[in-house]
Amino acid sequence: MQLSEQPGGRRAAPGPGGFDPEVVRKDFPVFEHPVHEDKRLVYLDSAATAQKPRAVIERVVRFYETENANAHRGIYELGERATKAYEDARETCARFVNAATPRSIVFTRGTTESINLVRYAWGRANVHEGDEILVTEMEHHSNLVPWQMLCGETGATLRHLPIDERGLLRTDLLDGLVTERTRLVCVSHMSNVLGTINPVREVADAAHAVGALVLVDAAQSAPHLGVDVAALDCDFLAFSAHKLCGPTGAGVLYGRESVLEDMPPFHGGGEMIREVWSDRATYNEIPYRFEAGTMNIAQVVGMAAAIDYITALGLDAIRAHERELTAYALDAVASTGAEIYGPPTAEQRGGVVAFNLPEVHPHDLATIVDEDGVCIRAGHHCAQPLMRRLGVPATARASMYLYNTRDDVDALVASLEQAKGWFS
Amino acid sequence: MSLEDLYKEVILDHYRSPRNKGRLDPHDVRLERNNPLCGDEIELFLRFDGDDLEAIAFEGKGCSISQASASMMTEKVAGLPAKQARAIAESIKAMMAGEEDGDPDVLGDLVSLKGVVKYPVRIKCALLGWNTLLEGLEEAGRA
Repeated sequence: MQLSEQPGGRRAAPGPGGFDPEVVRKDFPVFEHPVHEDKRLVYLDSAATAQKPRAVIERVVRFYETENANAHRGIYELGERATKAYEDARETCARFVNAATPRSIVFTRGTTESINLVRYAWGRANVHEGDEILVTEMEHHSNLVPWQMLCGETGATLRHLPIDERGLLRTDLLDGLVTERTRLVCVSHMSNVLGTINPVREVADAAHAVGALVLVDAAQSAPHLGVDVAALDCDFLAFSAHKLCGPTGAGVLYGRESVLEDMPPFHGGGEMIREVWSDRATYNEIPYRFEAGTMNIAQVVGMAAAIDYITALGLDAIRAHERELTAYALDAVASTGAEIYGPPTAEQRGGVVAFNLPEVHPHDLATIVDEDGVCIRAGHHCAQPLMRRLGVPATARASMYLYNTRDDVDALVASLEQAKGWFS
Repeated sequence: MSLEDLYKEVILDHYRSPRNKGRLDPHDVRLERNNPLCGDEIELFLRFDGDDLEAIAFEGKGCSISQASASMMTEKVAGLPAKQARAIAESIKAMMAGEEDGDPDVLGDLVSLKGVVKYPVRIKCALLGWNTLLEGLEEAGRA
């Protein structure tokens, strides 16, 4: 099996800090395997899930081979090893988001479960009839549907902060939409469709001015921009391991310590309790109060390895690489005659380019480019209200990460030109 | 069949020049169905004369495979006894599920839709019209 030649002279130059995506690429075993027999894998769907470096895969294997026991249960040495690996991961996550204490880090299955934890545990105790929850018009279903459900249960009202024609948040409308009825403002740090990087701090300041809390969906930003909960001044922040090169089935809910302290539990079961009688129970301290049952321990440990991996490369270097590549991709994709959605410049967006070719439906496009080994997403990207706002049923989406190069973008564009040819 | 042949020889003709596209008035049955994952949409109109499917037309939007397959379907089943239309639809479904090879004597040119089987995520696009037809026949009590 032979991978196609890398054309010379078009390799991305090493970026700041010596960051070289061609070198990074070698850390990811998946790229050693061609697709469709002999095609170089051009993976442009990292906004859906990222590929895994050898360091993460090996860390998960090492856990199972040398440390596997249930965390916080075993009295024996192996159990202590498992507990240490699990709690070390919590400290890694706390440092990663700049949390003041690991007590603020709750492990979950991923962003969706993190947000639903807030909906159930915090929402049911704090949101009542007449209250309001504000979401933005660009939210992923995971930061929209739970709030629709909570509002339906409680009689609270869901309100929406609009976006403008460029896909930027209308923060000028915050004053009218954030009122003393507002209990929670839910905002994506970076859109999974438009790539828009939102001014979370400005939103948080407006929310806090009326005593509301702020929840940040960092599923896209944690892997690509890095997050700092102190700088964002958010009360909750959610992200998933699998989008930052970690395993599926692990994620984090960061909660401000004082807010978590006052929150009732989420699931009931083992480990979240302090003392149980036949008819009642008292609950554990944070964060264990929110971690009922046996968690995805190996995946949590793998998540910490993924965080170590991307932070060793440097989030700034990753962001600089993606900004350069996104600028290149915006021009290249536009050159095919495609309509591109979202902010016009790479400064205002992460490495996500949603687009449509006139006359070619995105599902046809995704099938056709796949023949060339190019993986893109097509559909509504779990953001149907945003699709309606954009006035399209679906879009194609190319999303980039640390292992992507200009060769990947060139392969996409060549494939798009071919699809155009078929439909012309 | 390569993907390029599938598109160029089967799909694109019907996608660009769909047959029986538009409303059918009067009609006995009107059904709207979609693929939630893809957003493909179809609105199917059926008119019967006794046990015959006298006329059929569709409106819709979505990917070329969903729309071309619906167009090919209307061309094939218009004027047939409802029972025969149903048998063809069942045969197409079995072919797409890989259970049957597709009998050219029954399906005619529709056998070429078998090219979609190689692209499992697109099978539901190709079947949207056919599933809607089966529902419509059921609703009309004709099959």
